[in-house]
Amino acid sequence: MPGGMPVGLGHFLAVGAILLVLGVFGIFLNRKNVIVILMSVELILLAVNLNLVAFSAALGDLVGQVFAMFVLTVAAAEAAIGLAIVVVYFRNRGSIEVEDVNLMKG
Amino acid sequence: MLPAIAVFAPLLGAAVAGLLGWAIGDRPSQVITILCMIVAAIAGVSNAVLLISGASGASVIPILTWITAGSLSVSWALKVDTLSAVMLAMVTTVSMLIHVYSVGYMAHEKKRTARFFCYLSLFTFAMLMLVSADNILQLFFGWEGVGLMSYLLIGYWYERPSACAAAIKAFVVNRVADLFFAVGIALLFSTFGSLSFADIFAAVPQHVNDHYTLFGTSFPVLEVLGVLLFIGAMGKSAQLFLHTWLPDAMEGPTPVSALIHAATMVTAGVFLMARMSPLMEYAPGALGLVTFIGGSTALFAGTIGCVQNDIKKVIAYSTCSQLGYMFLAAGVSAFPVAIFHLITHAFFKSLLFLGAGSVIHAMSDEQDMRRMGGLWRKIPITYAVMWIGFLALSGIPPFAGYYSKDAILDAAATAGSGLAQYGYICGVAAAFLTAFYSFRVLFMTFHGRPRADQHVLAHVHESPPVMTVPLILLAIGATIAGFALRGLFIGHDWQGFWGSSIFTLAGTNPIARMETLSAWLHPLPLIVGLLGIATAYLFYIVRPEIPVWLAEQFRPVYLFLLNKWYFDELYDMVFVRPTMRLARLLWQVGDATVIDGVPNGIAVLATDSSAEAVKLQSGSVAQYAFAMVIGVVVLIAIFLLVG
Amino acid sequence: MIATIGFYVFAVILLISAAMVVSARNPVHSVLFLILAFFNAAALFLIAGAEFLAMILVIVYVGAVAVLFLFVVMMLDVNFAELREGFQRYTPVGAAVGLVLLAELALVLGGWHFHPEAAALRLSPTPANLSNTAALGNILYTRYIFLFQAAGLILLVAMIGAIVLTLRDRRAVRRQNIAEQTAREKVQTLAMVEVAIGAGISETGILVPLPPAEPAGRPAHEAERDALAHPAEGH
Repeated sequence: MPGGMPVGLGHFLAVGAILLVLGVFGIFLNRKNVIVILMSVELILLAVNLNLVAFSAALGDLVGQVFAMFVLTVAAAEAAIGLAIVVVYFRNRGSIEVEDVNLMKG
Repeated sequence: MLPAIAVFAPLLGAAVAGLLGWAIGDRPSQVITILCMIVAAIAGVSNAVLLISGASGASVIPILTWITAGSLSVSWALKVDTLSAVMLAMVTTVSMLIHVYSVGYMAHEKKRTARFFCYLSLFTFAMLMLVSADNILQLFFGWEGVGLMSYLLIGYWYERPSACAAAIKAFVVNRVADLFFAVGIALLFSTFGSLSFADIFAAVPQHVNDHYTLFGTSFPVLEVLGVLLFIGAMGKSAQLFLHTWLPDAMEGPTPVSALIHAATMVTAGVFLMARMSPLMEYAPGALGLVTFIGGSTALFAGTIGCVQNDIKKVIAYSTCSQLGYMFLAAGVSAFPVAIFHLITHAFFKSLLFLGAGSVIHAMSDEQDMRRMGGLWRKIPITYAVMWIGFLALSGIPPFAGYYSKDAILDAAATAGSGLAQYGYICGVAAAFLTAFYSFRVLFMTFHGRPRADQHVLAHVHESPPVMTVPLILLAIGATIAGFALRGLFIGHDWQGFWGSSIFTLAGTNPIARMETLSAWLHPLPLIVGLLGIATAYLFYIVRPEIPVWLAEQFRPVYLFLLNKWYFDELYDMVFVRPTMRLARLLWQVGDATVIDGVPNGIAVLATDSSAEAVKLQSGSVAQYAFAMVIGVVVLIAIFLLVG
Repeated sequence: MIATIGFYVFAVILLISAAMVVSARNPVHSVLFLILAFFNAAALFLIAGAEFLAMILVIVYVGAVAVLFLFVVMMLDVNFAELREGFQRYTPVGAAVGLVLLAELALVLGGWHFHPEAAALRLSPTPANLSNTAALGNILYTRYIFLFQAAGLILLVAMIGAIVLTLRDRRAVRRQNIAEQTAREKVQTLAMVEVAIGAGISETGILVPLPPAEPAGRPAHEAERDALAHPAEGH
């Protein structure tokens, strides 16, 4: 049903935009905990998903939802790998302070 | 053939002395150069005799092709006509005598002198190329060659800073003049399409009405050419405004002064005027300038010569003054008279210089006349020849200078134009001054109480024959050259004598015009000359306190004359200092800061920017995350605003 | 009507909890707020009509990803007392970048509208009579099968990657091999020796020299224990 949404498309997009900005803001804000940065990335991906689903509903095209599903998949995989890296890093360095992650200096 | 021998024999001598002098030693170098010069002198004089007697005719001896580029075609060739033959004979003879004299003068040198003789011969070669040139480019080659040799010879004692400075000064002042000369050559080529004299002189009448537009004003081409060539001559002949190098050139050894700054190089300017007479005659404005400068220089140099204390400087200013006379004659179209005076002047001026050298040699290198005096009994031969030289210079008959100087003043008086009148008055005044300073030198140097110290006086001795024989020969020339050559050079058949080498406008006869001078004015130069001698006698023998009193009473005038009318100071302020400042600016700012700054700056830029770029690699993962996010935002912005 | 109110409620809670995720002091609180955000997002998906995706969001994101976050946060034993510092240094920059991004998004969305032919260009139009799940199932396993399999592969790779990264090979841990233990024979464990009265270990020949220097990490008593466990031959 094209356009068959109780709320206008614009509202969804606005929410998605603010969510995206919050996620980006979170990356800048948290300099002490790498895990929070990963969570901010999840927020960004969530905002993307919201956009895709909103358009899918507005256009009546299921491709948006299919794509959102794949985004979900990739987000899960990325969260897993990211956390694995954090764990290994913590094991070796003993801290997850973002500012201490500077072995690649030079 | 003979001219070729005369021109190239000195080159051979110079090559041997210069290239092999270190191997064969001083004495063989001197002998070889002198032999080559004797050969050249014999060839030169024989060539002149043959040409004058009519046994051989005017011709051109081609040697080599030099440049063929498009429409410009220049060859090395020797032009044989009366003017070049006369000059060849004079230059080779005087140079030969000076070579011989130098053997004695340079005998006390600690270092090798082969270089000196090489330079002298090389100079002679350049001068001979100049006078025998068939085209103006070859003349310019000789012109620059004598300039170069003058530089090398003035700065011969190169460990002396004053000598080096004087050499540079001579070269630079000549360069300024040569710039105008070079522009003149270019203009000659662009007007006439050729640089050889034959082509140019044949085409001159057709270009009389050509005009040259510069900055909106239109000038006649021939006038511009005349002025440009004359400015070149002014530099070489040390005329007013471009004269500052000549007194300083006395830093060189005295034979150099005799050869270059009396007989040959400085006369190249006068020779140029005579050689270019077919063109100069069609440029009356330029000739007027020549007259004005010549007369002014004669008077100006005469005033300075009256108060100088260095014997060589007095004679140098005297040369400057006499050259002014020659240009005065050239300016009133009396070119034969100018050449006549050139020849006679060569004899007595080189005699005077060599005599002064003899005095200096006797006085153990003392040049200040205030420390001489009372020498006439000790160096009698020198004293006698100096008398002859000064009498000739002052224009006293029967010595050579009388005939030529009187002829110049007669020509100026009868020329009729206002400038010629001005020149005549300057000339007469200068004649008085010439006689005065000549005998001032004579009396101060040889007469009176000896003012040198005992040690020097004890050493005073007559020069060896190798020096006195050339003096005597030159003295003979200074005595007889006047009345012997007068009939040939400025006699009734002067046009037949000079042939096509000197040109005067059709219908004019400057020589015949001289005869029209009123009988009252005719003996005037002689009278003022005698007056000058009498005044000098009064000032320096009878009442020696008069010059001292005069110097004190008119102290500013005295200082003005003593400091050469402050020309050096003026030029220093107007030209030298700004140029040095500009040079310093270009060096420190232009070269060191800007031009060096470019490669240095690029290096600094590379290192600084890489140092800054390295800061990107902080290793901090959070900063990398930042960079990514900010990059995304910027990319979106670009897409939004541009794409 | 209700949907509109619901939308606003869920949207507000979503945004607030997202803000709390980034600004909570305690990382455990951050994770919990993240879970709340996911729930509300799922509700928004429901309002938009994507039921399947909403449920998948809850199951995968909340059930797997957020729990994983929680595991790691608790496992890493972060001292969050230190975390209080350094908060405010980059806030202005972050705020600036965020505002710029928001402005750009507003610019894009402000002057934008659907192309008139958009309806005709739909790749997979929503069928009218099927439920969302059925419709998705229709197209996912037929038209997008390759992407589906690729997504599976990505998950496989992620799993292997996580294991490879974090698996520690503990050589220091001694494990039991039960089969080997139960198959041991008496002759492998006991050796009877005749000992003279008063003789020491070296005379009886049961002294076993120490093995050569051990690599670091093995305690000395373990080396001795190894030596005693493997007695010398020949008695």
